[in-house]
Amino acid sequence: MRHVIALLLENEAGALSRVAGLFSARGYNIESLTVAPTEDPSASRMTIVTHGSDAVIEQITKQLNKLVDVIKLVDLSESSHIERELMLVKVRARDAAAREEVKRLSDIFRGRVLDVTPACYTIEMTGTGDKLDAFLEALPARSIMEVVRSGCAGISRGEKRLKI
Amino acid sequence: MGKKLRGAEIFVRCLQDEGVEFIFGYPGGAVLHIYDELYKIDNPRHILVRHEQGATHAADGYARATGKPGVVLVTSGPGATNTITGIATAYMDSIPMVVFTGQVPRPLIGNDAFQEVDNVGITRPCVKHNFMVTDVRDLATTIKKAFYIATSGRPGPVVVDLPKDITADSCEYAYPESVEIRSYKPVTKGHPGQIRKAVNLLLKARRPMIYSGGGVVLDNAAEELTEFTRLLGYPITNTLMGLGAYPATDPQFVGMLGMHGTYEANMAMHQCDVLLAIGARFDDRVTGDLEKFCPHAKIIHVDIDPASIAKNVPVDIPIVGSVRNVLRDMLALLKESKEKPDKQALKAWWKQIDQWRAVNCLAYEHSDEVIKPQYVIEKLCELTGGDAYVTSDVGQHQMWAAQYYKFNKPRRWINSGGLGTMGFGMPAALGVKLAYPEETVCCISGEASLVMCIQELSTALQYDLPIKIILLNNRYMGMVRQWQEFFYDRRYAHSYMDALPDFVRLTEAYGHVGMRVEKPGEVESALKEALEMKDRLVLIDFITDQTENVYPMIAAGKGHNEIILPTDRELA
Repeated sequence: MRHVIALLLENEAGALSRVAGLFSARGYNIESLTVAPTEDPSASRMTIVTHGSDAVIEQITKQLNKLVDVIKLVDLSESSHIERELMLVKVRARDAAAREEVKRLSDIFRGRVLDVTPACYTIEMTGTGDKLDAFLEALPARSIMEVVRSGCAGISRGEKRLKI
Repeated sequence: MGKKLRGAEIFVRCLQDEGVEFIFGYPGGAVLHIYDELYKIDNPRHILVRHEQGATHAADGYARATGKPGVVLVTSGPGATNTITGIATAYMDSIPMVVFTGQVPRPLIGNDAFQEVDNVGITRPCVKHNFMVTDVRDLATTIKKAFYIATSGRPGPVVVDLPKDITADSCEYAYPESVEIRSYKPVTKGHPGQIRKAVNLLLKARRPMIYSGGGVVLDNAAEELTEFTRLLGYPITNTLMGLGAYPATDPQFVGMLGMHGTYEANMAMHQCDVLLAIGARFDDRVTGDLEKFCPHAKIIHVDIDPASIAKNVPVDIPIVGSVRNVLRDMLALLKESKEKPDKQALKAWWKQIDQWRAVNCLAYEHSDEVIKPQYVIEKLCELTGGDAYVTSDVGQHQMWAAQYYKFNKPRRWINSGGLGTMGFGMPAALGVKLAYPEETVCCISGEASLVMCIQELSTALQYDLPIKIILLNNRYMGMVRQWQEFFYDRRYAHSYMDALPDFVRLTEAYGHVGMRVEKPGEVESALKEALEMKDRLVLIDFITDQTENVYPMIAAGKGHNEIILPTDRELA
């Protein structure tokens, strides 16, 4: 099953490699991993998307908790949560028809055109991973020049929070 | 403003304030500022090894025997990489150790400088935690944290990487009394509700079994375990790492379990209906085939490391906490409980166990012609009253030592159980002897293992560490040979030891006493003679039976009930 694990860890050199190293050393899957500092500069917030049986996910959360740099952790998939991912995609758009079609699709998916040249559009889009996948599939075949995705960032719904 | 001290002085002061007795080390460019400070002091005492691997094993042996953290100091680059095997050894067996590695000065880091290696990166997968000190003002706190992390919770090795310029920089010194790490809060007390449930389940058992591991030794809980087990009257088995936590000569002890465990221990595991696992981690050498593991049992697992619980085997009652605290709580409940174990059921269970015991699975064929390795260990146990500190290397001799030396006290049996590190035994024995100069310290080894760290015989001479080396020399990597005999149709690929040194002359060349024994009749007198030479290191080169195998054996991936006895092999 797919799980989204959010964690707070010390914003220290090597903390990311401890997490990444744990996943490779123990043979766990990482679908995506994002990390950035929080409003408290001493801590970073990480979102990991992984797959595994219940037993494997239990081990993943226990092993992550065991890392000295990990302050707190929550498996967001255990309750209602929000996921968002940012994507930048560069799309070929040479003639008027192509430009019109790409702009129309981008609007439908609530994307924004960030950059325009005579040959291409660069579109910004946020959403769940599924929505971004759907947009890429909707684009005309072979029009996609380049895709960059941030990986999933997750947060729980309601009052619950992951705080130090 | 207080007086400013250089990083190197601060380092030494920290170790003094931490109460460190010994530093096992080897100097080099990146740690010369520190060595210049060590030149001025007698305490802690620096023990110069001959290879950095030896330093880690010696510090590890010291830590296992005393319960105090072992301390290692090495230089950057190769000095640091040579410690990896020793660090991984300590990590697998949860041994508290703090390893200080030199590093090139900060401005050179990342430049492929002379003797530069990414110590933090290279040790990361085999340490509990590691640090690089990047500001001299953090030095004392980092050292305090390192000792705190190494010795608390589930213990383990911690590496502190010290760039050379940090040891030259200055600041005021104050050693923190304690440290608070917001991301590291090991649980110590077990959950009272879970403990109550566990005691109730144990009291209802009809075929109970207690399986205890190295965690009991590490947490100094042998006394509690013994009292608890005796109060219940239940059978108990120890893992390889747990030997000595319950007296081996006690009738309730059914021997070691697992791949080379006793018939009675393994069969009782297979048939039990309630299993109390305490300070053990269900290692594959213990469980065998997980599908066939304890098929009838409800399992209670007590461990300080939540990640050890339900890692390999699903558990019915998990209890996270220090095994000593949990045992104390369980003892208190047991004493106040009106319920008692079912006497009839227990009697029937013991009757069954005694039948398995009657198989006498550790019996071996005696010989007047050739020395049986088991016989040497039995004699050593007899002559030392089962009270010596015994270290071992890895292989057949290790298993025979575990089977035939009857450990009645914890911390007497010192071996590399998890990583299985050949070369561990002799340097580890030196660490033990430093801690306990008055005690008998024996290293049981094989000729393949011993040569892996043979250079430490020089260290033994320099610091006058008269250990006894019991060399079971069968001219084979015995355990490899045994597997090749059983599972590779006797194709003995590269498991023979050709061109062995003359161990007697080799020992003499290092300034010690060497003896060779080839006849079974001379074993006892040679051991006596060696043990009586209190002030000399003695190596006895026992020329043993080349084809002897370790029995019983559960082949990898088999169940406890598929145990092979020597008689089975002969029939097959």
